[in-house]
Amino acid sequence: MTKKNFLVSIIFLLVVCALPFLVSDYRLFQLTLVLVYAIALLGLNMLTGYNGQISLGHGAFYAIGAYCAAILMDKYGVPYWATIPLAGIVCLVAGFLFGLPALRLEGLYLALATFALGVSLPQLLKYHHLEKWTGGVQGIVIAKPDAPAVFAQAGLPLSADHWLYYFTLAVTITMFVLGRNLLRGRVGRAMLAIRDNPIAAQAMGVDNALYKSLTFGVSAMYTGVAGALGAIAVQFVAPDSFNIFLSLAFLVGIVVGGLASIPGAIYGALFIQFVPNIADSISKAAPWAIFGVFMLVFVYVLPAGVAGAVQMALSRVRRNPRRVVP
Amino acid sequence: MDAFLHQVFAGLATGGIYASLALALVMIYQATHLVNFAQGEMAMFCTYIAWSLMNAGMGYWPAFLLTVAFGFALGVAIERLVIRPVRHAPVLSTVVVFIALLVILNSVTGWIYSYTIKPFPSPFPASSFLGNRFMSPHELGSIGITFIVLALLYAFFRFTPLGLAMRAAAQNPESSRLVGIRVGWMLALGWGLASAIGAIAGMMIAPIVYLDPNMMGGILLYAFAAALLGGIDSPGGAVLGGFAMGVLENLLGAFVIGNELKLGVALVLIVGVLVVRPSGFFGKVHVTRV
Repeated sequence: MTKKNFLVSIIFLLVVCALPFLVSDYRLFQLTLVLVYAIALLGLNMLTGYNGQISLGHGAFYAIGAYCAAILMDKYGVPYWATIPLAGIVCLVAGFLFGLPALRLEGLYLALATFALGVSLPQLLKYHHLEKWTGGVQGIVIAKPDAPAVFAQAGLPLSADHWLYYFTLAVTITMFVLGRNLLRGRVGRAMLAIRDNPIAAQAMGVDNALYKSLTFGVSAMYTGVAGALGAIAVQFVAPDSFNIFLSLAFLVGIVVGGLASIPGAIYGALFIQFVPNIADSISKAAPWAIFGVFMLVFVYVLPAGVAGAVQMALSRVRRNPRRVVP
Repeated sequence: MDAFLHQVFAGLATGGIYASLALALVMIYQATHLVNFAQGEMAMFCTYIAWSLMNAGMGYWPAFLLTVAFGFALGVAIERLVIRPVRHAPVLSTVVVFIALLVILNSVTGWIYSYTIKPFPSPFPASSFLGNRFMSPHELGSIGITFIVLALLYAFFRFTPLGLAMRAAAQNPESSRLVGIRVGWMLALGWGLASAIGAIAGMMIAPIVYLDPNMMGGILLYAFAAALLGGIDSPGGAVLGGFAMGVLENLLGAFVIGNELKLGVALVLIVGVLVVRPSGFFGKVHVTRV
C-alpha cells in the first residue's frame, strides 16, 4: 500500500465511523444492511467472479447463516457476537459439501442446481418437523443487542443502533481484509487460473477439485456470516424473506458492482440496498423491473460493472492508460 | 388403492404440463445450448394475456389461439432483441441475461396486473362423461392437449421441410448455412415455438395453481428436473421425464414426505441426476476434445 492509498483509506475510515452521528436511525439501519450485503456479495464474487462457478442460490447460505444465529440466540442463549463465527463455520461446511457435487457441474448446470437450491430452501425451512427450531412460517424474533457497558462507563453512551453499526463495520472490515489477502495471494491466483483455463491450471499443479470446493465453502462462509449479521440487524428471520429473489439480488449486486472486484462488492451492496428504496415510491414491482434493466445494460454495455467504470475514470484522471482494466 | 390411483392420475395430469415446459426447455437447449431460466415467466406472462383477452369478452378458444400466437411472437422477439447480442458471450453473461428477463417479466406482470391471485377458467366442463372416479375433466383434458401438442410437434419436425431445416440448424449450424438455411431465423423460430408451448402449458396449469406472477417458480423447477431426468438434449426423454416427475411428485407428496418438501424432491433429483448421470436417461453422452 502506497502512502497516498493509506491516507485515502484513513480518511474513508474516519468518514464511515462518523456516519452514525450524521444520519437518522433508519438511514443508519440501512447502512448497516449495506455492510451486511457487502460481505455476502464479496462471498458470491469469490465464487462467481473469481472462480467462475455460477451460483444462483446464495440466498440459501445467507438463510442458513441467519437461522444459525437466530436459533443459537433464541434457543440456546448464545451471545450474539459468538453466533457469527459459528454461523460461518456451519456455512463453510454446508458450502463445502454442496461444492463437492458441484465439482462435476459446469457453467449452466451449476447455475441450474444452485437455482434449485435457492427456490426450494424456503420450503425446507417451513418443514414442520423442524418447527421446534425454526419456528415454521412464523420464524424467530430475536432481541437487539445492547452496546457493551464499557462504553457507558467511559462516558460514551452508544445507542443499540449505533453499536450494531460499529459491530457490523468491524466484522465487515475484518472479512474484507481477510478476503483481500486471500484473493491477492497464491490462493486467489489459483482461483483465477481455474476460472480462465481449468486444464492449464491443473497442468501447473493446481488441485482444481480441492480449490473449487474450498472456494465454494469459503464463499458460503462469507455469505453465512453476512446472514447472521443480517438476522441480528433485522431482529427477525422467516422462511419467506429468503426466497429466490434474495439470491437473484446478490447476483444483481455482483453484476452491477463488478465481477472479480473487491470494491465492487461495496458498490453492489449500495445498489441493491438503496435502489429499491427509491424505486418503491413508483410501484411495488418497480425495483425488480429496474434491477432487470440494469442487469441487461451492464451485461451489454459495462461488463466490468461500476468498479470497472470507476477504475477507468480514475485512470483517465491520472492519464495513465496502463491502469485500465481490460 | 383408490387414493393411490387418484394420485397417479393427478400426477400424470400435472406431469403433462411439466412435460410441455420441459420440452420447451429442451428445444431451446438443443438449438443454442442454453437453459432458459425465463421459460416459466414467459409462460406466466402469456397466461395473463389470455386472462386479459377473456376478461375483454373473448371466448376461451379464440383467446387460447391468440395467446399461443402472442407467445410465439414474444419468443421470436426475445431471441432477436435480447438473446442474439449475447450469443457468443460467456456462460455467466447469458445466465445473467436470462435472470434479467425472468425478473423483468415477473415484475412487469405484477405492475400491470397486481400481485393478487386470480382464478383462471378451464375450457373443460366441470363434470361430464370425460370425468371419472380418478380424474377431473380438466386433468384429462390437459393430458389430451399435451398429447395433441406433442403429436403436432412431432409431425412438424418429422414431415415438414421447415422442421427439417430447424433440426439441421440446431445440429450443424455451419453446414446448414452452406446449404442455404437461414440459421439465425431458425433459432428465432425455435424460440417462438418453445414460447408458444410454454403459453399452452401456462394456460393448462393456471386453473390448478391459480394466476399469480410467481405461479411458475415451482413448476419451472419440476420442468428442469424433468428435462434433466430425460436428458436435456432428448425431446422424447423430456416428455417421459415430465410425466415421471409429475407422478413421482404427487406420490411422494401424498404418501412419503408430505406436501411441504415437494420442491426438495426436485432439488435432490436435479443434483442427483447431474452428479450420477449428467446425460439423463435418454441424452447423448458428450465427449469434449481438449
